[in-house]
Amino acid sequence: MAMSGAAGLPQNNAPAVDATAPMAAIRTEQLCRHYRMGDTVIRAVDGVSLTVRAGEFVALLGSSGSGKSSVLNLIAGLDSPTSGSVIVHDRDLAKFSREELAGYRLRTVGMVFQSFNLIASMTLAENVELPLRFAEIERGRRDRLSREALTRVGLQARMNHRPSELSGGEQQRAALARALINRPKLLLADEPTGNLDSRTGTEIMNMVRDFNQQLGMTVVMVTHERALAERYAQRLIFLADGKLAGDEANETLGAETGGAQT
Amino acid sequence: MKLPDLTELALRNLRESVLRNSLTTIGISVGVASLVAMLSLGIGLQQLASRRLMKSGLFDTVVVSSRRDLRNFGRDEERSGPTPGESRILDESALREIEHLPNVVEANPDIRFITELRFEDKPHLTMVAALPESQKSNDAFESLQGHFFSSDNAPEVVIQKTFAEELLGKTPKSGVDESNVKDLAAPLLGKELTMRYAQREAAPSVPMAPSPEPASGDQSLVGAAYSVISREQKLKIVGVADLDPESMRGPTRARVFLPLKLAESLRVMQPTDLREISRAASDQPVYSSLSVRVKNPAQIRALEDAIKKMGFNTFSILDATRSLQQFFAVLDLFLGIFGSLALAVASIGIVNTLVMAILERRREIGIMKAIGASDGDVKKLFFAEAGAMGVLGGILGVALGWSIGQVINLGTNVYLKRQSLPPEHFWSVPWWLVGSAILFAFIVSLLSGLYPAGRAARLDPVQALRYE
Repeated sequence: MAMSGAAGLPQNNAPAVDATAPMAAIRTEQLCRHYRMGDTVIRAVDGVSLTVRAGEFVALLGSSGSGKSSVLNLIAGLDSPTSGSVIVHDRDLAKFSREELAGYRLRTVGMVFQSFNLIASMTLAENVELPLRFAEIERGRRDRLSREALTRVGLQARMNHRPSELSGGEQQRAALARALINRPKLLLADEPTGNLDSRTGTEIMNMVRDFNQQLGMTVVMVTHERALAERYAQRLIFLADGKLAGDEANETLGAETGGAQT
Repeated sequence: MKLPDLTELALRNLRESVLRNSLTTIGISVGVASLVAMLSLGIGLQQLASRRLMKSGLFDTVVVSSRRDLRNFGRDEERSGPTPGESRILDESALREIEHLPNVVEANPDIRFITELRFEDKPHLTMVAALPESQKSNDAFESLQGHFFSSDNAPEVVIQKTFAEELLGKTPKSGVDESNVKDLAAPLLGKELTMRYAQREAAPSVPMAPSPEPASGDQSLVGAAYSVISREQKLKIVGVADLDPESMRGPTRARVFLPLKLAESLRVMQPTDLREISRAASDQPVYSSLSVRVKNPAQIRALEDAIKKMGFNTFSILDATRSLQQFFAVLDLFLGIFGSLALAVASIGIVNTLVMAILERRREIGIMKAIGASDGDVKKLFFAEAGAMGVLGGILGVALGWSIGQVINLGTNVYLKRQSLPPEHFWSVPWWLVGSAILFAFIVSLLSGLYPAGRAARLDPVQALRYE
């Protein structure tokens, strides 16, 4: 898929990041997220310290309840840590106000969810352009950018359809277009293929990999499928019971990538 | 988020739950309609009262009297300036001068006297007053039986209903107004009255020469500069007035009215003639008071000041209008409060609708926050929805209130017509009320949206995204 230049997208101030550069895009230090349920304290995330380099494609792996989605929400600024810190591009999210966190989610982060999370009452074009409304982009430019983004994911003919009229794969492609419309530095994907068949899942993952490679976007993907992670991620981080259980480079990536592209 | 985007999204969201939002909007419109209906009634009644009073000629009229008039003693303005004895006489030259003051429409002498009127050989003593042609439009003559004077010097009279009753020998029960003016007028219209009056006749020299037209009972005053001659004048009854055109005058109100020019030509002896004895001997009449009419009641104050500077006393009923305005302000306030009650109930409906919308759209709010909406954006969106319902409800409510007013106006006029009464327009929806009602509905809706919008903005996005 042609991704050259991402023409027309709002430009971030930072230049495209070289994937080989050692600079840390995300750093968590002793990150904890505890919930209290009655007298019981649930340690969803318990002292996780990890670093993701700019432009890296990282998979967070673990079984259900291991804390991987909680870590992703903390990195996305949707949730606040009980203790520890999340540092993104050298800025501590704990020091952000609620407004600044909203701005961070709008301009720095793009999110894709397992259940697509498109707004049912809006057409695809309206869903995709929604972040641009929050960014107060004028209507003409907004229309052009949403059309381009949907064309990029192959949904130009479905612009005026509502999500309920589309297949799961099409909905996830639309969600990807929405996540990328503000050209974020981080793409956070929470089980992006969880609700898709394997062929459609591969299509979506190929797109995510293209964004990572061609736009230099840092990707953090939560999945419980090790095979999927090994096929696309450069690094595999394992979580168990809210703790870091392993962190390894994906040695098999080259061969799997070749296979996935065919 | 920009205002056009907010409005667009708000209207889209309202369309999504069209039934619930329509019912809420109808609730607001009923509230606004009740407010508009109540205030329109208050305003309409105020306008009706003002119109009546304006037509009565009381509001645009200044009564001018001489400071020499003994009745004026004790007034504040007398304490400064010339003594009553030295101050100016209200004569023809003063009348002309007042007529030329700015904004004066007309100035007429106030001619009134108590005299005897004979009808079918029976004497009746009453107050007679002269009326200028302009009084034809006086509200009191609206339901006049017969017609107004055919000319300003025609030997005709218009009589008041109570005098008509007296002429016909009917004695109304106190406090009960049973007699129909139509029935009273029928036997009187076209009939003649004989007015006996005292005519003032200037004497060329002293001692008095015999009167050129000696009449029975010639009563020349020895040593005075004029004669008083008893005369008779035949007058035709041309109209019977149901209402009392001089109801505000109290004991000095007249029950028989003559054309002004005719009254002037009769040179009827006036109380001032006795006081201004030397002046009265001349051809120039001296008046006890003048009625001066202005174009607009707002000009009354300036005219009064100008006349006072000329050395006369003035009186207008302007102060009475102030208390009337105060009364209607209080009435409007109470009507407004009662009208607002329905809107207060409707505002609870808005809160309920928006709280329901938050529950239903919990996940949507989570998505919006996940893709970059700030708390402020979410809050503004719910405010916009509340505001849109308020504006739509306000517009519908004004239309509904106006329609209710029209129906009631129509119904009342049908009733008035059946009672042989003239139609009235006592319902008024001025443009400022239309604008204010819509603005009020908008503000009430925004206030109602305060709590739901705050609640939506505070939603935890992680929790909201988990919501199914």
